[in-house]
Amino acid sequence: MSHRIVVVTAGLTVPSSTRLLADQLAESVTTQVSARGEEVSVEVIELRELAGELATFMTSGGVPTPTLTRVREQVSGADGLIAVTPVFSASYSGLFKMFFDALDPTSLSGMPVLLGATAGTARHSLVLEHAMRPLFAYLRAVVAPTAVFAATEDFGSSGLAERIARAAAELATSVLAQGDYALEGFGPDLAARPRRTSGTQVDSDVTPFADLLKGHSG
Amino acid sequence: MQFGIFSVSDVTADPTTGKRPTEGERIEAMTRIALKAEEVGLDVFATGEHHNPPFVASSPTTHLGYIAAKTEKLLLSTATTLITTNDPVKIAEDYAFLQHLSGGRVDLMMGRGNTGPVYPWFGKDIRKGIELAVENYHLLRKLWREPVVNWQGEFRTPLQGYTSTPAPLDGTPPFVWHGSIRSPEIAEQAAYYGDGFFHNHIFWNKEHTEQMVRLYRQRFEHYGHGAADQAIVGLGGQVFMGTTEAEAKRQFRPYFDNAPVYGHGPSLEDFSELTPLTVGTPEQVIERTLGFADYAGDYQRQLFLIDHAGLPVEVVLEQMEILGKEVVPVLRAEFERRRPAHVPSDPPTHASLVAAGPDGPHHLVEPARPKVDA
Repeated sequence: MSHRIVVVTAGLTVPSSTRLLADQLAESVTTQVSARGEEVSVEVIELRELAGELATFMTSGGVPTPTLTRVREQVSGADGLIAVTPVFSASYSGLFKMFFDALDPTSLSGMPVLLGATAGTARHSLVLEHAMRPLFAYLRAVVAPTAVFAATEDFGSSGLAERIARAAAELATSVLAQGDYALEGFGPDLAARPRRTSGTQVDSDVTPFADLLKGHSG
Repeated sequence: MQFGIFSVSDVTADPTTGKRPTEGERIEAMTRIALKAEEVGLDVFATGEHHNPPFVASSPTTHLGYIAAKTEKLLLSTATTLITTNDPVKIAEDYAFLQHLSGGRVDLMMGRGNTGPVYPWFGKDIRKGIELAVENYHLLRKLWREPVVNWQGEFRTPLQGYTSTPAPLDGTPPFVWHGSIRSPEIAEQAAYYGDGFFHNHIFWNKEHTEQMVRLYRQRFEHYGHGAADQAIVGLGGQVFMGTTEAEAKRQFRPYFDNAPVYGHGPSLEDFSELTPLTVGTPEQVIERTLGFADYAGDYQRQLFLIDHAGLPVEVVLEQMEILGKEVVPVLRAEFERRRPAHVPSDPPTHASLVAAGPDGPHHLVEPARPKVDA
């Protein structure tokens, strides 16, 4: 079985150091998953290409554009997520937040997530803990213990590669551990399995109306 | 097939002149628009119900009663009646009275309303939106169908030996549509009772509308009211027409760009691509509208939103001339041509429901009951 990893990167320039970090994280995760004898595929979503569509979505009361619909399905259907943003004014970028605001609240339930951020200086490094983790905690994602921050100077240092490898190993473990639920009849785990929805499909699993009516009989 | 217009009753300044009509002027304009609908051969005028600015339509029965007195054939409907915050007893009385005044030219569209604060204004809890829609509508059905009602529910004081007056005209309650954009429960509700399902359509992509209508159709069949393609479907749409596409866009663009709902957001072109909004020639409107049936199936009622975003009433009346004289006659013929023989052309009317007799399923509070799986 092949595992799908989606990379969301909010870098704005081309080339972008945020994209560079995202690519290094993705490559390392691929290596780690492959090293465990499993297949993996990586899909990259560049948020700058969705900027206009996200603005349309936000200002039109949630009319989903075809591209945004496809991306929302892509994310909620992934087996793992790598999310990387540049730091703007002591937090993730507005574009990054707008994207996660446009997802269904259950899109990332129980999903293994690896966080990364870039900035010009190491003084911004706590953005991972004080801004990004709370966002993904709210979305009930399973965030890897190691998150990777890269200041400009880090791109020339050996420490970054080690942190990337450690974080990638954690994500790989988490991705491969999915689906290990209790055997049927031996526990309630199957019922508690996280349910992810893209928010783009009408739920056709309807409650019969007699149940909705709850005894208000004619 | 029925064609008509539905108004959301927004009081919006004309962005090209800065002039904002008074509430009185807007009510007057809506009345002229309704009368024009009959004059140009449209079938239905539907008015929204709102209880907050910038909307003016808080009392649909008062307005529709006035319009009823000045028209002869026009069907009068709502878009929508708030089944969540209105007392179902008052709805039963008001619309039965309107039915008598108008000679049965009344149907209703139920909705939950789109503004959170309206719930507490009327003493309701927005978290109970679906439950209110379910219980209140069921009570409404009883009030219109049972001469003496005993009732105890969660949301309203109990009724003992209560008789709603006046009884519906000819003992036949108005036909009801359930309007919903994205709640599967409401599609299920419409299907359960065999009522009509209306998808507002105008702020949504066709893939979404298609899914909601399909769900309603499947459940309509499940509850034994007929085949899925015979279910009673209504769709919204919004248009602006000119002699050329460029001219229509030039004229409509400032209104679109400043409209209360989608203004200052997506471009006219993007929004036209994403939603049913069609700004162009009458031929383009015909082609686009005919395409609705390709994904929603052959349907029974098409309502256009046409008097919004600050458009001057004179412009709206011109649009209605084009709609009534150039667009709708072609749509009628073309929709009939493609419609299979077993699919009803019109939704039920007062005349057809009376003709079906007092034992028709419409007269049962729960017509689906024998068909439901235990």
